[in-house]
Formats: sequence, C-alpha cells, structure tokens
Amino acid sequence: MLLDNAEDEEKWLAEGIAGLQQNAFYMHRALDSNNLRDALKYSAQMLSELRTSRLSPHKYYELYMRSFDELRKLEMFFKEETSRGSCSVIDLYELVQHAGNILPRLYLLCTVGSVYIKSKEAPAKDVLKDLVEMCRGIQNPVRGLFLRSYLSQVSRDKLPDIGSEYEGDANTVNDAVEFVLQNFTEMNKLWVRMQHQGPVREKEKREKERNELRDLVGKNLHVLSQIEGVDLDMYKETVLPRVLEQVVNCKDELAQYYLMDCIIQVFPDEYHLQTLETLLAACPQLQPTVDIKTVLSQLMERLSNYAVSSSEVLPEFLQVEAFAKLSNAIGKVIEAQVDMPIVGAISLYVSLLTFTLRVHSDRLDYVDQVLGACVRKLSGKAKLEDSKATKQIVALLSAPLEKYNDIVTALKLSNYPRVMDHLDNGTNKVMAVVIIQSIMKNTTCISTADKVEALFELIKGLIKDMDGTPADELDEEDFKEEQNSVARLIHMLFNEDPEEMMKIICTVRRHILQGGPTRLPFTVPPLIFSALKLVRRLQGQDGDVAGEEVPVTPKKIFQLLNQTIEALSSVPSPELALRLYLQCAEAANDCDLEPVAYEFFTQAFILYEEEIADSKAQVTAIHLIIGTLQRMNIFGVENRDTLTHKATGYSAKLLKKPDQCRAVYACSHLFWVDDQDGIKDGERVLLCLKRALRIANAAQQMASVTRGTGGPITLFVEILNKYLYFFEKGNPQITGSVIQGLIELITTEMQSDNATPDPSVDAFFASTLRYIQFQKQKGGTMGEKYEPIKV
Amino acid sequence: MNFLVGAFKPPCNISITFADGRTRKQASVKKENGQTAMVPLFQSQENIVGEVCIEPVLGKKVEHNGVKIELLGQIELYFDRGNFYDFTSLVRELDVPGEIYERKTYPFEFSTVEMPYESYNGVNIRLRYILKVTISRNFVSNIVEYQDFWVRNYTPLPPINNSIKMEVGIEDCLHIEFEYSKSKYHLKDVIIGKIYFLLVRIKIKNMELEIRRRESTGSGSNTYVETETLAKYELMDGAPVRGESIPVRLFLSPYDLTPTYRNINNKFSVKYYLNLVLVDEEDRRYFKQQEITMYRLPETL
Repeated sequence: MLLDNAEDEEKWLAEGIAGLQQNAFYMHRALDSNNLRDALKYSAQMLSELRTSRLSPHKYYELYMRSFDELRKLEMFFKEETSRGSCSVIDLYELVQHAGNILPRLYLLCTVGSVYIKSKEAPAKDVLKDLVEMCRGIQNPVRGLFLRSYLSQVSRDKLPDIGSEYEGDANTVNDAVEFVLQNFTEMNKLWVRMQHQGPVREKEKREKERNELRDLVGKNLHVLSQIEGVDLDMYKETVLPRVLEQVVNCKDELAQYYLMDCIIQVFPDEYHLQTLETLLAACPQLQPTVDIKTVLSQLMERLSNYAVSSSEVLPEFLQVEAFAKLSNAIGKVIEAQVDMPIVGAISLYVSLLTFTLRVHSDRLDYVDQVLGACVRKLSGKAKLEDSKATKQIVALLSAPLEKYNDIVTALKLSNYPRVMDHLDNGTNKVMAVVIIQSIMKNTTCISTADKVEALFELIKGLIKDMDGTPADELDEEDFKEEQNSVARLIHMLFNEDPEEMMKIICTVRRHILQGGPTRLPFTVPPLIFSALKLVRRLQGQDGDVAGEEVPVTPKKIFQLLNQTIEALSSVPSPELALRLYLQCAEAANDCDLEPVAYEFFTQAFILYEEEIADSKAQVTAIHLIIGTLQRMNIFGVENRDTLTHKATGYSAKLLKKPDQCRAVYACSHLFWVDDQDGIKDGERVLLCLKRALRIANAAQQMASVTRGTGGPITLFVEILNKYLYFFEKGNPQITGSVIQGLIELITTEMQSDNATPDPSVDAFFASTLRYIQFQKQKGGTMGEKYEPIKV
Repeated sequence: MNFLVGAFKPPCNISITFADGRTRKQASVKKENGQTAMVPLFQSQENIVGEVCIEPVLGKKVEHNGVKIELLGQIELYFDRGNFYDFTSLVRELDVPGEIYERKTYPFEFSTVEMPYESYNGVNIRLRYILKVTISRNFVSNIVEYQDFWVRNYTPLPPINNSIKMEVGIEDCLHIEFEYSKSKYHLKDVIIGKIYFLLVRIKIKNMELEIRRRESTGSGSNTYVETETLAKYELMDGAPVRGESIPVRLFLSPYDLTPTYRNINNKFSVKYYLNLVLVDEEDRRYFKQQEITMYRLPETL
C-alpha cells in the first residue's frame, strides 16, 4: 500500500514535470517571438501543473522549483516587454489577472508584481500589499505555502527597506515589515491548518510533511531579521508582538515550538535581551505539550554566549534584570504546563543555572535562588525514580562545582543539599563522590567548621546509611571506593588556626561517628591522623602560646581521640583501633604527656587481650606494640616496667613457638634503647634472648617429635643476629663466648641427621658468619671485640 | 456559370457610404457565420448622413418608380426567422420615378435619429439597425441594398450605485457573507469584493465566480430563456476556515458583455448575474446568484 503510493507519486510527479516542460517549451517559443498573449497562455498552463493535490510536499517542491526557474525567464521577458514599451506594466498587471484559474493567476501576478515594483510606476508598498492580499485566494495549505513562499522570494530584494531604492516618499520600512508580517501570518495559518486536513489515520504522515514545510514559514522571520530598518524599537513595538501574537494564537504544538526557536535563532541577542519580558511572557501561553524547555534553554544559551562575548554588554543584563525575568518566566512555564515531566522542569533549571553561572557568576544568591526554585518544585514528591530527571539533577548540581572549581562556594548555597535530598541514594552518592573529586582535583582546602558542616551535609549519603537502602545491594568495591574518597576528603579539611581546626575535627568526628560499623574503619584513621597532625603542630608552637589561655591543648585532643578510637574498637575493628592507639601513644609521647600515653597503651593492651583473637593478628599486634613501646621515652620506670612486662608476657604467650620466640627476642629491645639516655638493661636483654633460645629449642624439639624432622634452625640464626647486635652495642652481658656457643650450637644442629636442609637458612647463617669474619678483619675496636669469637 | 450569374445580376450597383465613414468608429461584430466584421458605430440622437451611389452596369439603364432610403430598427426573433419587427422606420425619398443611365449619387441625412435600443446579437434574438435603399420597379422586383450599422448607447455614471452585500448559508453547515463593491458595472469595470467565511463545516474544494447572461425572449407562454455562462473565474483554491476573507477582483474587459437590457420593446431582456459557486470535495455545488446591472460608459479618450 505504502509502496504503491510512493510509486504512484513518482508517476504523478513525472507527469507533472512532463506537462510543465511541454508548456514551458511553448512558452519559450512565445517569448522568443515576443508573443505576449501566447506567453501568458502557456505560462498559465504550465503553472496549472502546480494545482495538483496528489504530491507530497517533498515532491511538490520539485515541481515548484522547476516552475520557479521558468518564471524567472518569464519575469525577464516581462521586464523587456515593459521597457520596450510594447505593453505598460500596469496593463500587464491587469492582463495576467484575466487567467481563470487562481493558482497560475497568482503566480503570474507575483511575477509581474515584481516587475511592477522594479519599474517604480507604483509605490512598492501598494503592490506588495495587493499581492499579499490577493494570495489569500489560495487556501490549500501546501499550494498556499509555496505560493506565498514564491511571493516572499520575489519580493525579498524589493522591500522598501532603509537604504533600499524602493524606500522613500510613501514607502517606509514599516510597509516592508507589515508586508512580511502579513505574509508570515498567513503562511503560518496555512501551515497550522494542514494538520486538520485529510483522514485521521494519516495524521502522523501529515505531521511529518508539515515538518518538512516549516522552513518555508520560518523564512519570513529570517527575512524580517534581515530588514535593515528593523531596529530595536521597531522590533520591540511591532515585529515581536505581532509574531508572538501569531505564535500564541495558532495553538499548535509543532508551530509554536518551531517558531519560538526560530525567533530566538534569527534575531540578534541584543534584541532578545531588551525584549526579554515580552518574549518570555509568551512562553506560559504556549500549548502545554510544547517542548518549551528546549526553547528556553536555547535562549539562555544564546544570551549567555552573548554575555560572555563582550564585557560591555554585561551591564545591559543587569539593567534589564535578565535573571529575574528568566527565573520568573520559568516558574510560570512550569506552572502553566501541568503535564510537564519533572525532568523537563529540572532541565529548565539546569539551563537557567548555566545561564546564571555564565552571566552572573558573582551572584551566588542567584544560583541559590535557582536551586531553591528547583527544591520547591521537587518538594512534596518522593525521591526521583526517573533516571533522566536524576541525570538532570546531577547536571544541576555539578554545574556550580565546575564553574567555581571550588566547593567552598557551593557550600554557601543553602539549597544545594536540599536539592541533593531529592536524589535517590545511589545517585546521591555518585553526586557526593563528584563533589569530593572536585575538591581533590582542585585541592581545595575547606577551612572552617561551618563549611565542613555544610559539606558533610552534602555528602551525607556517603557518611551514613540512608533510610531504606538495602545493605546487600551495595557493591563491595564501590563502597570501598566511596569510603576511600571520604577518607581522602578528610585530609582536605584544614585550617591554620588550631582552634578552628579543632572545631573542624569535632565536626568531622560527629559526622563520621554516625557512619556505622562498615564505614568507621575507613573514616576514623584519617580523622585520627588529621588530629595528630594538629597535635604535632601545637607541639611545634608550644613556646609561643605558653602562658596564654589555650583553648586547644594536645591533651584535649587526645581525650577526643581516645573516645573516637573506642568507637572503632566496638565496631569491631580491634586491630585498626590498636594501631591507632599506638599512633596516639607515640604522639602523646612526643608531647610529654605520660599519663595520656600510658592510657593509650592500656587501651591497646586491653584490646589485645579482649578483642584480638586471631593468632596471626596477635603476632602483628604484639610486634607493633613492642615497636612502639620501644620508642617511648616519657614513661617513668614504674610505668615502663609494667608495660614492658606486659609486652614480654604476651609475647611468650603467643600460640606458635616460632612466633613466641620472635616476639620474645624482639622484646629484648625494650630494655636496650640505643639512645643517649635510653634505658640500657643488659641483664634483662640477655634474659629475653635466653628465653627466646629456650623457646627455639622447644620449637625444635616439638618439630622433631611431631614430624621427625628438625625444626627451624632459622630461629637460632635470628637470635644469633640479635646477640651480635647487642654485642656490638656494648651490652656487657653479651660476651663473645656466649656467641661462640650459639654458633657452635647452630653448626651442630645443622649437621645433625634429622636436620632438614634449607638453603635460605644456610645462606642466612653463612652470611652472618661472614659478617663476623668481616668485623674481625676490619680491625679497630670492633675487630678486637670480635677477636675472641672463632668461627 | 458566369453567364447565368450575369443574367440575374441586378442592372446596377448600389453603395451606401457614410459621410464620416473614414473617421467614424467601428464596432467589431460577430456575424452568424462566426466571423467578425467591422461595422460603423452610431449612437442615438446622431445624425446619420451619407450618400447613396447608384451605378448602372455598363450599357444598361435602370428604369424605376422611385428611389428611397429607409433607416430601420428591427428585432428578429430566431424562432420566427425572417420576420422582422421594425420598431424604428424612417424614410427619405431620393429620386422621383425615372431612369438612371449613369452613375448617380444621392446624399441623404437622417438627423438626430432616435435609436433607443442597442444593436444586439443574442442566442435567440437579434436587434439590428440597417439602412435600406430600395429602387422600386414596375414589373420586376425591386432592387434593394442594405447597409448594417451598429448602435451603442452610453449611460452616464449611475448616481446611486450601492454595494451588494449579503449573508447566506446553510444552517450549521456553511455561512458566508459576500460583498461586491457595486451593483452596477460598466463593461470595462472591475468587480471588487470579498467573501467572508463565517462558518465552514463542509470541506470546500474551491470557489469560483461566474458571470451569467440571461436572455429572455418573447412573452407569456412563448417566453424563451437562455442562460449562458460567460466567465468562470476561480476565486479560491482549497478549504478555508472560519474567519477567512477571500478577495475578489474580476476584470470584466476580457468578456464579451453588453449592457443590461430590460424589456426591449416588449420583446426581450438581457440580464447579467454574478454567480458565486462553492464546490465541496464531493463535487456538490453551493451557489448564490446576484443580478448586476451592466451599463455602457461613454468611452473617454
């Protein structure tokens, strides 16, 4: 069926062209022989081909173009004919009107009319007026549109525009404008009417065809925009109101959208700016289905481009209160178009925001207003389900970030978080990540507690569980990613002033503590370190602030930290808590706060005892404890004894013998701090090492009992190294003979039958021996010391 | 053949010439055989002056009982062909009975001749003016010669010329208001007007304006009415909507019109009508006919 139609149409078009060409041929002959009568007759017959109703606009256009070319020749002929004086142009103007069929008649009339204007025998305005009036006879939309488009085409260079030769006397630019406006109005009416003609089932096809014809209508606006005489005043007083009147009154979706777009595109930005009110007032009056958001977006985009183009125009924007008007109009449009999907409304706001950011980047209050309006629109609605709308909101929220490159600015926008509230949780998080990334990218420093407060309000989607998020939906990796970014963010919160910094820390702490067990392990450490940084800073300034009333003291901070870490330990994430305790202890140590440090250690030990059950974790933990403790130098003897005692005690209680052994020999360092005034308790060092040896022996035996093979000799070698260390450090308890004994023990062990050969141990031992050898050969004090040892 | 023709040939040639024959305007008249001929043009109250020239065929004499010239206004009804009704008859005696031997010319003059009706060639009727020269003879038939001339009478601009304005329609279907600027038009006039659509519920395809001529002849039961459509002028193409107004501008000059003739000598009338026709998509025609009065305006230089 459809195919048939297409084929038929081709056939009809071919017939039309054939008829046209035949008559054109006769017409040419008449033209060549200066036979006016025949020329008129055949041209009318030729034009009769345009009377067809069977062609689609597309095909009709082809026919029209061919006729157009022929009419150019005819026009030349008319021109010659009248200049020769064989027929006056007035007579000719009458003569062509004798044609019985209206369509050929009007095409001819327009053609002669063009010559008539050129001859200047009558005022251009009268001829134009007559032509545009007579064209009313064609009420068929397609034929009428093409005819009027022909009229527009032939009259274009003959309008009495300013500076045109047809202007002057009675002909003013007003007449030109009037003419074009009238033609435009009539064309638009025809175009709009097209949709109602023909069967309902072909509506879609007709709409498609109409769309193809739209440029014929829009051309008039283009002509208007090119009339020199249309200055701002005229545009304001005449052109725009008239065009808009037509646009509004035609009550047609397609036309309204296209024409609004056209107006915005063809007229200069300056005009738009000055007539913003009028233009915008038309928007709410359009049909509810018109895609007005695109129109307005275009307008705003153009205006903002205009604003950016030159700094001189900016005052104009202020003068006409462009923002207020746009904002107002958008509100009205949204109100008027009840059925507009939420995404439409939001994208309007996005456009407005973009405009604001480009034009009034200094007016944060405007930005906030836009967001506020958006919030009002969204309020009372559930969270957005529509993914497009969500995308638009993300765009809305991202725009200020991109513009200002500075979240600090965005934080001043009170409506910003309120908009975010309307996002679904997933998007909310995405947005929060975007915000954080923006901060990271620009290494923005957030420097006051208020801002931090606002910021955390924004990213609360990341900070705590939102209502109704099923936990199992979370992707592990995404979650980690998010939390890591939060962790990074915490490092960006900084203020030189300790007091403010303290406030920031408190704020952050308050927020992150709401995070729940899964988040705390990510968020607490950065907070702790941030706080410790502050502590160190305070410590550095110590001298300066002495004597004054200091609001922030390390002590206070530590107190805070203690509580924070406690939260972590209850999560439970004891290992992490333990590490943090140790970090704090170390910091406290540096601040000379013995009780605080002691407290931290206590906490660490408690954790170790109560929470750390896994043997491997225990090993790691005990080594950490030992390591930290070793460096502590503020403890008094008693405290230190207690702690070292505990540490050694725990070391010996580790599950596996090798672990025990290693922990114990590590403990030996607790008694020997290689500092100026460090503790140097050689006896207890030896005690530890001996104990380690015992444990190593036990391990050895246990291994041979259970597996029938020798245990790890490596332990012995390791202990040997410890011996050597303390030997070198001058521990009097460690003598060459003791070392000699140990070497021999190892050698025997290695040569025993049931020893399992282990190349790495062999190598380790060999290199240890080599070291001894080397020291001996080096000579000097150390060489002498090593001298007695025989390898 | 020639001989035979010669035998019945009248013994003389008669020619009638008008005094101002060379300068006088002529009218082109369509003859019955379809050809056009140019004939001298007169109007009422004019002097018709000229001469009759009788030239006997060489070597013959014309014996006669008198020569006269008549000016006749005749109406001929085609259903009664050959039977002329003379409404005007003027006679001038040109010569007393006698003989004519050689070429002889007689001047004649009819002064301020009342010729109230215009010449007209219609479908069923003809109104003509002739000059008829008769050479009466005793035993043989009279020698007669005719000269046609054409009469057109001019009317001044009518003092009252109202527009024609009317609202017509079919209930709930089509309402239009049409307006023609005048009700009386001269022959080279232009009909200006507009059609305003008040209500359109039918799908109109096009609209045209027809000029129709109604010629009615005879009277009583013998009345013959003949209507011709002289012009079909398309005014509109496509379907208008409510509120559209379509301009009308129809030049009358291309059409072969006459003034309106009302009851000419109780024999006939010729009237003109404007017929507005709307055609819908099913080719149904809706029309409204309005009489217009045609008149002949004196031709100005």
